[in-house]
Amino acid sequence: MSQSDPHATALDLPPHMRPERSFQGLILALQRFWADYGCVVLQPYDMEVGAGTFHPATTLRALGHKPWRAAYVQPSRRPGDGRYGENPNRLQHYYQFQVLLKPSPPDLQDLYLKSLAAIGVDAALHDVRFVEDDWESPTLGAWGLGWECWCDGMEVSQFTYFQQVCGIECSPVAGELTYGLERLAMYVQGVDNVYDLNFNGRDGDERISYGDVFLQAEQEYSRHNFEHANTDVLFQHFKDAEAECQALLAAGARQRDEAGDGIHKVVFPAYDQCIKASHVFNLLDARGVISVTERQSYILRVRELSKACGEAFLQTEAGGAVAKESQHA
Amino acid sequence: MPDLLLELFSEEIPARMQKRASEDLQKLVTNGLVDAGLTYEGAKGFATPRRLALTIHGLTARSADTREERKGPKVGAPEKALAGFMRAAGLSSIDEAQIQSDPKKGEFYVAVIEKPGRDAAEIIAELIPGIIRNFPWPKSMRWGAGSTRPDTLRWVRPLRSILCTFGPETEEPEIVAFEVDGIKSGDVTYGHRFMAPEAIRIRRFDDYTDKLNAAKVVLDSARREEIILQEAKNLAFSQNLDLVEDSALLHEVAGLVEWPVVLMGSFDERFLNLPDEVIQLTIRVNQKCFVLRDPKSGALTNRFILVSNLIASDGGKQIVAGNEKVVRARLSDAMFFWETDLKTPLQARVQKLGNIIFHEKLGTQLQRVERIKSLATTLAPLLGANPAEAERAAELCKADLVTEMVGEFPELQGLMGRYYATAQNESSSVAAACEDHYRPQGPGDTVPSDPVSVAVALADKLDTLSGFWLIDEKPTGSKDPYALRRAALGVIRLILENNCELSLTDVIGQACSGHQRDALAAADISGVTPDLLAFFHDRLKVYLRDQGLRYDLIDSVISEDADDLQLIVRRVEALSSFLDSEDGKALLSGSKRAANILRAEEKKDGKVFDSSVSADLLSDPAEKALAEAVDVAVSKAKAAVDGHDFTAAIEALSQLRAPVDAFFEDVMVNDENAQIRENRLNLLNRIRQATQTVADFSKIEG
Ligand SMILES: Nc1ncnc2c1ncn2[C@@H]1O[C@H](COP(=O)(O)OP(=O)(O)O)[C@@H](O)[C@H]1O
Ligand SMILES: [Mg+2]
Repeated sequence: MSQSDPHATALDLPPHMRPERSFQGLILALQRFWADYGCVVLQPYDMEVGAGTFHPATTLRALGHKPWRAAYVQPSRRPGDGRYGENPNRLQHYYQFQVLLKPSPPDLQDLYLKSLAAIGVDAALHDVRFVEDDWESPTLGAWGLGWECWCDGMEVSQFTYFQQVCGIECSPVAGELTYGLERLAMYVQGVDNVYDLNFNGRDGDERISYGDVFLQAEQEYSRHNFEHANTDVLFQHFKDAEAECQALLAAGARQRDEAGDGIHKVVFPAYDQCIKASHVFNLLDARGVISVTERQSYILRVRELSKACGEAFLQTEAGGAVAKESQHA
Repeated sequence: MPDLLLELFSEEIPARMQKRASEDLQKLVTNGLVDAGLTYEGAKGFATPRRLALTIHGLTARSADTREERKGPKVGAPEKALAGFMRAAGLSSIDEAQIQSDPKKGEFYVAVIEKPGRDAAEIIAELIPGIIRNFPWPKSMRWGAGSTRPDTLRWVRPLRSILCTFGPETEEPEIVAFEVDGIKSGDVTYGHRFMAPEAIRIRRFDDYTDKLNAAKVVLDSARREEIILQEAKNLAFSQNLDLVEDSALLHEVAGLVEWPVVLMGSFDERFLNLPDEVIQLTIRVNQKCFVLRDPKSGALTNRFILVSNLIASDGGKQIVAGNEKVVRARLSDAMFFWETDLKTPLQARVQKLGNIIFHEKLGTQLQRVERIKSLATTLAPLLGANPAEAERAAELCKADLVTEMVGEFPELQGLMGRYYATAQNESSSVAAACEDHYRPQGPGDTVPSDPVSVAVALADKLDTLSGFWLIDEKPTGSKDPYALRRAALGVIRLILENNCELSLTDVIGQACSGHQRDALAAADISGVTPDLLAFFHDRLKVYLRDQGLRYDLIDSVISEDADDLQLIVRRVEALSSFLDSEDGKALLSGSKRAANILRAEEKKDGKVFDSSVSADLLSDPAEKALAEAVDVAVSKAKAAVDGHDFTAAIEALSQLRAPVDAFFEDVMVNDENAQIRENRLNLLNRIRQATQTVADFSKIEG
């Protein structure tokens, strides 16, 4: 694997592409860094998710023994984090940059720090810290140990050694890095408010700020999340997604049995429904219509789905399964 | 004698686990060495975010040779016995055993097991890998390609290197060679992650601390705490501010840095509109920073202290700016919660409590609030509280549980209720009750004195206690998951410290019927009141004893149905001062003497002497005088007790001292005439009855 000198890269770039000048430049620099490391650089998953972890390239690919390296940007929706555009660094829609390396390499911390250097976080100037934060996603039946990575007191990334995903032990363990892109960009660009970030790296009339792109949307979605989202419809969506997920898994299992090759046939589409159920649950939660006791049971229902998807995934080629000689052949 | 140095270098260890881990390491290694026959002079464990270290000095270089004789079966014993002996003693043939003889037993086998001493280095190399593999981390993990193996090493975070040297002070120490999951022990460590990441070769402990110090690592956490505290105080002082000390935070922060650098930041003054507690909690919990006070007014200021892990090339300007940015965002979040919460009156939140289950068998928080409301209203007149205010306070007291702020910081429950109630212009009593009805939270906590707070606090606790009694979830032994002992003690202190006179039997009954209206319609409450009352008696005894009152006196005045705590205490106090007086002591011994005689004679005759005294049978002036005095004392004492005037009751009893003394001086109880004897015994019983009006004297020691 070739590792190019991050500073040389940054200096080679035209000013509007440099991470300390433009939000998109920062994204490109991270993509470049992890592409150089040998990751497949994917595009965002085309569904609403709460975190990059939900992308099948992480959830499902973290399972099974096959090596995997991926990096991608994932828009993340956190309905409850809506602040009507008034909080300087909390958004109900923000970008995560997600890296998944399976197995976790021995120098993962160093790689992470190098990637920070590649986007202009100078470790001689900034106080970078690894602070205990055991990550857990009850809906995904996933947990791992690791840290929040702090830069001058700001949590800029989550760093996790996955121990379990979809209720299944990770073997081998994968390392997951989740960068909060807006917060990192605020450091690198030296701005105090996320909406002041320079998005495209241009000046004057050509300058587009993060606020130009997203402020209105943040305000509107905050209204949606807290005031308008139709909860009856959402409750129905939840039920539908749950039923559809189960139906698809059953269909895939049936075809597996018909083929007699032990390979499950419909995992990714079923998993999409699990993602959907999870997001609908987050919306309902933000609307405050789920009571404490119900909350637990909703979480369990989503976890059941993710567990079933994970188990089915292990019966596919990507999950490391080998097709049995078909009995009908 | 040689020293041992061990360092386990890893990725960042959670701050809260470091202390315990360094202690465990020390204990496990020293115990292991001692078990293997070595001795040592001293040991000390250390922890930083990236390493656990242990130094042991004065360790013996070799364990002593040992010789053990193990007695076996008789010569000629059955095959089976011989085989068992050989197995236990590790012999391959019985010829390896010696034969000894004993005059009684005859000839028998003895195995002599000789173990030569072993080099300490060998023992260490064998001991440590096992300790590492089985280390008692509260949570441990797997990592990397090796994690597929079932026997893969688990550690709190990935373990990266092991340093282990051993040798006498005067010589070059040697590496104790071993391997754990592919990590070979060596003599190399690393300095501060950013300021001195290079590998460093280490020989022994003094050299280790010096080199680490030069590599910007302060090994000792106590020293790091000291540095942080000192620098923080100095920095505060230089700005004319006071540091708000926080030892738990100090300890945590010292576990997050290897080289503490203390800096000061500030935030926008407009955030000072938030309650102080909210500012402090936000800055402390989320940012792990200390807040600062104005020494004159005592109010929080818009400055804070942060502890970084870096001597930055710009003197920390960017670090401070970065931290300020985060603190601003956090406070702005808190401001958002505060302002959002203020938009909805507490009243309007109450219905939402219906979504929160208090306990599956005891219904929702809303049902609970309804019960507390009705109980507090009933209690109010007894406590001098305005019933309408008590009702209002009870209605609002749990509403803050469904505010944004308490959702974010559960530890602010109650306090936020007070702030929000004040903000919506509730009376100061109602606002105070929103916070104080949780009090007292423990023996050290203050007891509210505002009658409205007292009413709601009592109602809250009595509702809890009676509820858990009704569903039979009482505390047992050391198990008290719902803190019911604390609640009962709270009730006791609320009543006593506020001089309330009320019947616990009545209020427990009222609390129970509240539960019957709600979830527990079918519950049987008949046994609950006496049982809960007995629980209160037990807690009261413990409480009064802690207050320095005599246990036997407390016991002597608490009858099964005593349900007015205030009266119990006053009775104990009056009794206690009486028994300190001459009259008291004499009466106690007189009544004990009477009781002893009665007990003996009642046993002899197999009957109880509790009939009335017949005046005709009294002949001796002393017994006549006593009979008269007892009648007077009983009626006076009874009347005084009924009027709750225990001093007067005691005063009445004290009049008995002289006649009782004279009676025992002049009169023979066991007269030959059976009728006279019985009459005198009945008279003794009257003394018992007289004292009984105040206390059960038989339970009093002395
Ligand atoms: N609401 C938000 N707005 C902006 N950035 C956020 C928000 N929530 C989290 N982040 C950033 O994203 C990173 C990952 O978020 P985290 O909640 O830890 O993700 P996950 O749930 O995937 O563990 C955080 O370290 C932080 O920098
Ligand atoms: Mg996090």
